This record gives sequence, structure tokens and C-alpha cells, in this order.
Amino acid sequence: MRPVLFFLALFLSACSGPVNNPYPATERGQSIFYSAFTERPKHLDPARSYSANETPFTGQIYEPPLQYHYLKRPYQLVPLTALAVPKARYFDSAGHELPPAAPASAIAASVYEIHIRPGIRFQSHPAFARSGLGQPIYIPMPAAVLAKARAIPDFPEQGSRELTAADYVYQIKRLASPRLQSPIAGLMANYILGFDKLSETLALAGAKRRDWLDLRRFPLAGVEAVDRYTYRIKVKGKYPQFVYWLAMPFFAPLPWEADAFYNQPGMAERNLTLDGWPVGTGPYMLTVNEPNRQMRLERNPNFRGEPYPGEGDHGDAADGLLNDAGRSMPFVDAAVYSLETETIPYWNKFLQGYYDASGLGSDNFDQAVRTGAGGGVELTPEMTRKGIRLGTSVAASSFYMGFNMLDGIVGGLDEQHRKLRQAIAIAIDEEEYIAIFANGRGIPAQGPLPPGLFGYREGRLGINPVVYDWQGGKALRKPIEAARRLLAEAGYPDGRAAMTGRPLVLNFDTASRGPDDKARLDWLRKQFHKLNIELVIRSTDYNRFQDKMRDGTEQIFEWGWNADYPDPENFLFLLYGPNKKVGAGGENAANYQNPEFDRLFIQMKDMDNGPERQVAIDSMVGIVRDDAPWAFGFHPRNYGLRHRWLKNVKPNLMANNELKYLRIDAAARDAARAGWNRPDWLGPALVLALVALALLPAWFAYSRKQEASGR
Amino acid sequence: MIAYLIRRLLYALPILIGVNVLTFALFFLVNTPDDMARLHLGVKRVTADAVAKWKTERGYDKPLFVNAGATGLGKVTETIFFDKSLAMFAFRFGASDDGRDIAHEIKTRMWPSLAIALPTFAIGLMVDISVALILIFFRRSYVEWSGVVLLVALMSVSGLFYIIGGQFLFAKVWQLAPISGYQPGFNAARFVWLPILIGVVGGVGAGARWYRTLFLEEAGKDYVRTARAKGLSEAAVLFRHILKNGMVPILTGAVAVFPLLFMGSLILESFFGIPGLGSYTIDAIGSQDFAIVRAIVFLGAALYIVGLILTDISYTLVDPRVRLS
Repeated sequence: MRPVLFFLALFLSACSGPVNNPYPATERGQSIFYSAFTERPKHLDPARSYSANETPFTGQIYEPPLQYHYLKRPYQLVPLTALAVPKARYFDSAGHELPPAAPASAIAASVYEIHIRPGIRFQSHPAFARSGLGQPIYIPMPAAVLAKARAIPDFPEQGSRELTAADYVYQIKRLASPRLQSPIAGLMANYILGFDKLSETLALAGAKRRDWLDLRRFPLAGVEAVDRYTYRIKVKGKYPQFVYWLAMPFFAPLPWEADAFYNQPGMAERNLTLDGWPVGTGPYMLTVNEPNRQMRLERNPNFRGEPYPGEGDHGDAADGLLNDAGRSMPFVDAAVYSLETETIPYWNKFLQGYYDASGLGSDNFDQAVRTGAGGGVELTPEMTRKGIRLGTSVAASSFYMGFNMLDGIVGGLDEQHRKLRQAIAIAIDEEEYIAIFANGRGIPAQGPLPPGLFGYREGRLGINPVVYDWQGGKALRKPIEAARRLLAEAGYPDGRAAMTGRPLVLNFDTASRGPDDKARLDWLRKQFHKLNIELVIRSTDYNRFQDKMRDGTEQIFEWGWNADYPDPENFLFLLYGPNKKVGAGGENAANYQNPEFDRLFIQMKDMDNGPERQVAIDSMVGIVRDDAPWAFGFHPRNYGLRHRWLKNVKPNLMANNELKYLRIDAAARDAARAGWNRPDWLGPALVLALVALALLPAWFAYSRKQEASGR
Repeated sequence: MIAYLIRRLLYALPILIGVNVLTFALFFLVNTPDDMARLHLGVKRVTADAVAKWKTERGYDKPLFVNAGATGLGKVTETIFFDKSLAMFAFRFGASDDGRDIAHEIKTRMWPSLAIALPTFAIGLMVDISVALILIFFRRSYVEWSGVVLLVALMSVSGLFYIIGGQFLFAKVWQLAPISGYQPGFNAARFVWLPILIGVVGGVGAGARWYRTLFLEEAGKDYVRTARAKGLSEAAVLFRHILKNGMVPILTGAVAVFPLLFMGSLILESFFGIPGLGSYTIDAIGSQDFAIVRAIVFLGAALYIVGLILTDISYTLVDPRVRLS
């Protein structure tokens, strides 16, 4: 019976639409956003989630107090659950309030007071379910219920309640919990008052028990709920970047009920954890968590609604990005994310209309994009015919080649070593690299700061004068003779040590060693060869490479950084001395330490954006260009493709809650899918006919033989 | 026979311990617990303290094989190897390094794996035998020569080619199947037929050649000559005599791999987005999740041993001359 049903299902599904449709027929015509994930998200707990593959989920579920304006550039913080973006109030060590313009050295503490909107409600969740007597139904968890539950929708009773300031306070305390190992715990201990003390207290309290620790019982000196809708965070000294953290899920609210619910015995064994089943106030909630197949977000019926932005950048109105201004979001009813570990199926499903948007990798670049007559990029006729749209944006990221400043040959701040690094920086033709290996998707970096951040300079003022000349209104890489001159001044005329006559041999440490990397590494060797420097590629596995970086035994390496928030501090700290990787375990991978740079960094990080800060940044960038601990690489340009039925798409590199802005024209999608996916039965029929035809003569020969033997 | 089976099961214990030691040594030869911690904690802002806490929480803060600091039996028992291995023998696989229940994952994922592996195996067996018989049936004709050439060609092509080529032809050009994905229940039919077809076609080169060799060996035996001498038709000789006797090694070989079908196909599942045990293993290797790798390798070894025991039993069933002692 079962095989019959199996083939019946196959037949019925074939009759009800395109046979290659990977989604159930019941979803046809619905406003569902279809996308994919390539790696399963490990942490959906807002205290632990920090990976880019987790934010498509956490960003839609959790609501920190602030968010980035979806349309305006440069990036701008706007309230989400807060009534306004908080302004810091400054206090001296005696507790007296200081004026906003007070010098950073006088400020002992900054206080942020956040007022949240009343009436916001959490999504329905069993943690909130209460009996008629007001007692939690699932805390403690009845064994019979737990035995049947594998997912949150399996719990028959659900409940909700209003969001309060205490929920935000509770989550900040969770960041301090040693059990959770929040990736920002170390950083926040430097800033939030009493954070490290709470960590120690919680470590002692939780050392001998595995059950729920009610964090409400443990005070955190720097964080308190002032009233039902107001909480206050006290930060040590002045830290203007703190508000950016308030736009990340780390600072989203977490109800104590959810913490208590998930920390009951037997829950983790049944995969019922906050890492798998988040609880938030956002426009969507997770209803399917099968990370081996599919993740599904559905509209949160308790969501209050939020108006689509009424203002945008110049050109947004013409692009139709303001057509929904003032309408209540979200527009899409659900979002289905399918696991897609290989690029070929991902790309083809996008072309068949089964994914609404796609990134653009090198494999498919030529199929999708070509260089137009004016030198700009445009979609190929195939893409244009399908009505596919292209969006590009320069990422808030920097890729660079770093020199280990602790190394005896390439490191050091003296003139000789500096000139060696400068010569190499000129010789590495980043423009060529971008053209060959990134299909032109990037802009050569002139310094550590990517475009779009305060402090980044365009045009003549923005070029790196060590590597580029300004000619004909654009930056031109210095000729290789300039590099050779610098190399000779560094003591290596024509690539040989002046003292010994030995050829200069440098080592490039990398975790790249696959066949795909060979061309790139050969190209790199060629760049060094322009200076007669022999580059030895020391390829190793990722773990050993990381070990080398931690121990400082590498010589030259490649590295990159994606912005956490749109502030120059988040890039310049990568070169701050006390932040060295060797010894301090920080993010300064080149182990660069220049006292003047460090002094300016301390000043700059506490400044508000303005002319004074720009001057400090210019000086710092100038120092780094001259010292050249990095050969600045490039800032990648992201290319995104989307189908015509997906509306309101504007690349936003900071926001992670884009789903609520998107709108789908489901009827247009269904029509396109039906048109693009007509099955071709003729092809397989022809193949079968060919096989039969090939066997026919043999069959006739056999028959003749049989007849002959019969006679 | 019971005594034989008990003895075989007892032999399995040292084999499983050996497999476990080998997996453990190989895994930790390339990954230290620190590496695992760093991979799980991410690349940004990972402190030494966080790494230490991750290891402590998951029991990776002990020595690997020998604890020099402990006394007595503790030297062996207070190690990562002992901690992580003992429960395996009771088939308690524990949680993966990111906290998910491995046994539940295995139970959930074995069905999609079986949905592909079982039909691929059964249909593949039938197709391979049929092709082998056709080649013998048309012996010394152009069908045999061209067939053998075709089989060698099919055998020489990489499995990846069949997958990508199959996806291109059936899912992209002819648009007859979803290019990847999976849905549970009867809806799975739409997603699994193409991987099954590719599995069968990909395996026919080696399979049919192997069976052809077996049948040819049978065809040269005395009883076949006698059958022909008695005037039986070629079809009767082939299907009534050669096939029946040739089935003994085929059946016993099939029984040996049968339990391993649970483990799925690593590459096929990964390319088709099938949430089976094969893709589970690939993902675990990629994310350096030792708990999963160890559990899957252990399970694979145990199933292989089961397969070998079943083979022995099957010999006694299909060939009455064989006795287990």
C-alpha cells in the first residue's frame, strides 16, 4: 500500500503546479519570504549570538531598545522599543553632573536612561502560561508534558505578558553570567559598572548547581529598573560607542520566565533551550527549528505594528522605497529559510524563482553581471529578461595584508623596516587583485576605515600618499620604481640584503591551501617578485594558523574585519597597542604599537563626531599609512540580486531586522514560477527511446538465433 | 550457532574500543580542545577565559589519555577519552558540542537517509543484476562489448559528476524535480527520486561489472555445461541455473552492507539538501564537533560488525553446507 501512496503523492504533486517546486502546494499565493541558510545557527540566545548566520533570525525576533534607520545614510540610530535615543549624562567621581562638553578625563561615569514604550507584548510562549490561580503551568515542568514535547509549539498552553524595563535589566545581568559565556562579557566588564563583580558573584552562586539562577536576586550596580518602563545603565568613564551596542540583540529584553522555563531539568536533553527557541517581542517568532532542513519565522500576532519609514535618502522615493511610508509593518506573513550547503542548488533555485533574493558569488558572476559600456556593471540580458534587480553597496569591512610587527624582518617601527613595508604595499596591486579575484567587487582601501563611516575621506584628501599619487582627478598607484627605491633604502637593493648579498625571502602564513587558492597565492608571489623578493607560502590548516597568530610566529598574513557598529573606533581599535593579539589576546592581529597612535586613540574614542574628532582620525590614519603595519587591501562591494516581486529592498549593512520592511507580490511570483518551470517530458522520453533503440538489433539477433536453434 | 554469535559479539568489543581510540587519536591529532572551543565561540572577541570556560563546561579541560596528576585508576578514568567513550558502549551518545541531543538527531535523520539509501540499494541491486544478465545473455555480441566499455566508463566517472550532471539535466534543464530540499512524509517522494536515480546510475558501472564476473564464473562450471548438453535454452540456463547459484555471494554481500544503509550518503545528501545522517556527519566534521563525529563513527563500526555477523548467518541460510561453529 505504501509504495502506491508514494507514487500517488508524486503524481498528485506533479499535477498541482511546477513539479520542481520544493515547497508545499498549500503555500502558493501566500506572502512568504523564501531564503536559505548555509550553516545552521548555533546560538539564538541573545546573550550568546554573535555570528552573521544567526542575525537573520535573532534580528527579527528580539527587539533591543534601538535600531538603525532602514533608509537613511550614513547610518543613524533611531528608537525601536525605546521612546528616544538616550543621551548620556556625565558625572564626575564625586557624583556631580557634568555638562555634555566636559572633557573625557573629568568624566567618571556616563548614565544612559532608556524609556521604553508601554504596551509592548512578548510573543506567545509556554513560559508565560498560567493557571486560573495565576500559577505558572510549566514551571515546574510536569514530567508527562515534557515527555511529549520536542518543540515549543508542542506545549498546549501558551501565554504572554507586557514588556517591562526589568526584562532589559535581566538580560544585561545574563551577559555577566559565566554559565552563558557571552562573547561581549569581557568587553562589557570594562564599561558597565559592577559587571565584573556580578560575574564573580554568579560564578560562586552557580558553581555547585546546574538549575536556574534567578538573576533578579543579584544586584548589578550599574543597571537598574527605575520604574516599569524606564531603566538606567551606568557606564564607567565616557564611552560614546555604547549606544551602538543598544541596537544589538545582546541588549534585547529577556523575561525571567523564559530563563526559568528553559533551565529546568530535562529541557536541554530535549533540545528545548533558548539557543533553539528564542522568546522576543519582535515582528516574527520562530515556529519551526529544524536546522538540518528548515527554519521558519511567522508573524508574531502580539506584535504592536510599526510604521514603515516616511523619510529616506535622496533617490529612495524614485526607487519606490517610500511607497509604503507610514503603513504598518511587517508586510510578509512568514519567512522560510531552507538549508542549502552547496552553491549550485542555491543559485539555480533562485533562477527558478524559489528563492526571492540571492547574493552573487564568483561562480555565477559572469552569468548575472557584465561590465557596461560606461565601465559600470549591469545585469546580463538573461537576468534582465527575468526582471531580476541588482543592488550593490560597499561593505563596512576592511581586508588587508598584515605584517607581524614583532617579526625581526618585517616588523619594527624604525625607518628601515617601515620602508620595507611601504615598498611591499606599493608592489601589491590591489586594483588588479580586485579585478581578477573579486570580479571587480571592491574598492582599494586607502586606510583602515571603510566608506560610510565618520572619518572616512573621499577624493584627494582621502588617498594614501605612501602608495598612491593623485593624478587626473583619481588615485593612481605609485610606479614599481618607487617601491624599488624604498626597498633599496630599506637595505635591500634589488631584493638582496645590502650587507650580505643574500636574497630577501619572506614568509606568507595562510590557512588557504585548497586548489582554488593556488591561483591567488601564485599571484601574490608574483607581486613580491616585482621587487625580487621571494615569497614563501606557508600554508597550514586553520587551527595551526590561528595558533601562529596567537603566538606571534607568523610573518605576513591576510586578515579582515566586519564592523560591529558604524563608528571609526571599531576599526581603529584594531591597531591600538594594548589590544595586541600576542600577550593581550586582542584583535590587533599585526601587534602594532605606536605610542602616538595609542595616545590619539584614547582621545578619539571618547570624542563626539565633529571637526576635532576628524582631525584626530586624520592624524591616526596618517601615522598608520606611514608605519604601514598593514598593506591596505580593499573594502568589498556586496552584490545582491532580487526578483521583481520582492519590494522595499535597500542594502543595510548595520541593521539586522530587515524582514519587517520587505513586501512580496505573491501573485507575480506564482505567475513567474509557473512560466519558468514548465517540465520537459520530451527529453527523458528521448533518452529512453535511444536506449531501447540501441538494444533492438541485439534483440532481433537473439530472436533469429532462437528461431534457428528451434528449427 | 548461539555460542558462535556470542563469541562474535565479544570479539566486537575490542574492535569497537580500537575504533574509538583511533577516532579519538586522529581527531585530536588535528584539533586540540582549544581549537574546538575557538571554532564554537566564533572568531570575534574570543578571550582565553571564554575558551577555558567552554572546555570546562564540556569536559574538555582534562588530559586526553593519561592524567599524570591523578592517582590510581584516576590516571586513566579522569581523562577526556574515558569520559567521552564509556557511555558510547551503552549507546548513550550525549549532546553535541553545541548542546543538541545526538541520539534524537540520529533517530530523526536516519529516516531521510533510509528514504534514499534503501531504494537506491534495492533498485540498484536489481538494475545491476539485470544489466549483468543482459550482458551475459548477449554474450560475444556487440551488446556485451559496448556494454562492458560503457560500464567501465561509468565506473571511471566521479560520483560528483553524476550528482551535478543529474541536477543539471533533471532539475535545471528538464525541470522534473526540485534541485534540492526535503519534506517529511509522502511528500519526500518528490525530493528523493532524483538522488535515487543518480545513486543507481552512479553505482551501475561497478556493480554490474562485479555481478557479470560472478555470473561468468558460474557460467564456466560443470553443471552449466551439463544443462546446456541436456539441450536447455540459453534463457533457461541463465535464469534457472546461473542466476540461482550466483545469488549466494550477491545475497551475502548485500546483507553485509544492509545495516550501513542507515548511515546515509555523505555527498549525495549534502548536495540535495537531504537532512540525513550523511549530511549530519559532513557538517559535524566541518564544525569540528567531536561528539557527533565520535558517535557516528562508533555507530558505523557497530553496524558494520552487525553486518558481518548477519553475513555469516545468511551463509548458513542460503548454503546448507555451511555450519557456524
